[in-house]
Amino acid sequence: MSKRRPYVRSMDGWWKKNPYFIEYMIHESTALFVAAYAFILLVGLVRLGQGEAAWSGWLDALKSPLSLTCHVVFLVAILYHTYTWFKIMPITMPPIIVGGKRVGPEVITGSGLLAALVASLVLLGLVWRLAL
Amino acid sequence: MSENLKIIEIEVLRYHPESDREPHLEVYKVPFTDDMSVLQGAQYIKDNFDGSLTFRWSCRMAICGSCGMMINGIPKLSCETFLRDYHPNRIRIEALAHFPIEKDLVVDLSGFIEKLESIQPYIIPKEPRSLEQGEYLQSPQQFNDYIQFTSCINCTLCYAACPQFGLNPDFIGPAAIALLHRYNMDSRDGAAEERMELVASEEGVFNCSAVGYCSVVCPKHVDPANAVNINKTNAAKDYFLRFLSPKGGSK
Amino acid sequence: MKSGLKRSNAPIFWGLFGAGGMFSALFGPMLVFITGIAVPLGLMLPANTMSYAKMMAFAQNIIGKGFILAVIALFLWFAAHRIFHSLHEIGIHAGVGAKLLCYGSAFIATVISAVVLLSLGF
Repeated sequence: MSKRRPYVRSMDGWWKKNPYFIEYMIHESTALFVAAYAFILLVGLVRLGQGEAAWSGWLDALKSPLSLTCHVVFLVAILYHTYTWFKIMPITMPPIIVGGKRVGPEVITGSGLLAALVASLVLLGLVWRLAL
Repeated sequence: MSENLKIIEIEVLRYHPESDREPHLEVYKVPFTDDMSVLQGAQYIKDNFDGSLTFRWSCRMAICGSCGMMINGIPKLSCETFLRDYHPNRIRIEALAHFPIEKDLVVDLSGFIEKLESIQPYIIPKEPRSLEQGEYLQSPQQFNDYIQFTSCINCTLCYAACPQFGLNPDFIGPAAIALLHRYNMDSRDGAAEERMELVASEEGVFNCSAVGYCSVVCPKHVDPANAVNINKTNAAKDYFLRFLSPKGGSK
Repeated sequence: MKSGLKRSNAPIFWGLFGAGGMFSALFGPMLVFITGIAVPLGLMLPANTMSYAKMMAFAQNIIGKGFILAVIALFLWFAAHRIFHSLHEIGIHAGVGAKLLCYGSAFIATVISAVVLLSLGF
């Protein structure tokens, strides 16, 4: 009879055991803030559909200190999402060859962050123009 | 000699399947010199303190892939990790994470071997050629497309770094998918569609959540995370386009 | 090759996750700043930026409709996918329940957004 008795270790708390995994869980958890923000916008859209009074109520709610605090937290969390999204990008996309050489990870991450900056400024500019 | 001899405490996760219910830590005080690897530390313990200490090793030069272990919680080849870099702190060595422990630092790799077999790790020629037709030609560019993924030494550090494999042992995992990608990317091979059945399956690439730690710990810079994630895109293409092409990879 | 392999349906959810992740990475921070900080505090942008008339005009425009739907739906599909995986990662393997909760919420939110946007007219 076999004397083998392979021991399977528990995975409980695996993500606390390595700084790399802690950072992973932090950047994954930014999704909670993305979801919370999207739900606030969903409520806004529903209120818009209910007429001017409802919409004004929603706008006023956005001015509360609680809402402002939440949005500052969302901003920080989603900025971190942006940063980590492009930081991971070099491992998630096929190699890009330019002039016979593979484009380095820092170039890919940098281009992504630059694209986010441009997208943000274009968005701000468009909102500005629509508002005038 | 004697003034060079320092002492480091090595804590070892011990497990004897016949007498232990579960693994436990034991500490050994090991004299060492600056040129001694963690593997040599383990060998010192085996030779001087406890001959029953069990671990795998062979080449001592980071090419056989046998001596991987968790060193202070990080998967490393113990032959190229040096005791001097941890002194005067204690060093803890454990069997590679996420695998069942067979005895002490030896893990059960049979699941990994099965996965290696399942990816058909050999060239399945795109077009059979007779001897008269001569050899298969390959350009330097075609060679570059896959050479990085040939460097794997099957040390399985990437599996010990992959929480998704730890959570779901059926996941084909980083090294096997990197090797699968190596054959898919080879211009002489024509079996990418056959292998797609595995890539796109529930054991396949979508278990990966792009943690990326597998590529960080890889001692041979294979970048298995990249291989896995490129194949997510391939599998998604296959998923949505299979109705357009009569030769879709899997059912 | 192993036999009895089952094709994963992940590409659908993974595709939505990828699109939402990219969209929120590109526009998320600035959107939060505009709707949640600048407009409520009256910073930078004109006071009537999100007035009822302006927002109705935006939501009645076909491009505006598309943008609003993309933001709400894709952000939620992205988040649903990550949260579902995170639940599995911290040891809550609720299976069908967790799946329904995560992807179900995203689905319902998508339907509500689409219905409201259609009801606002063109």
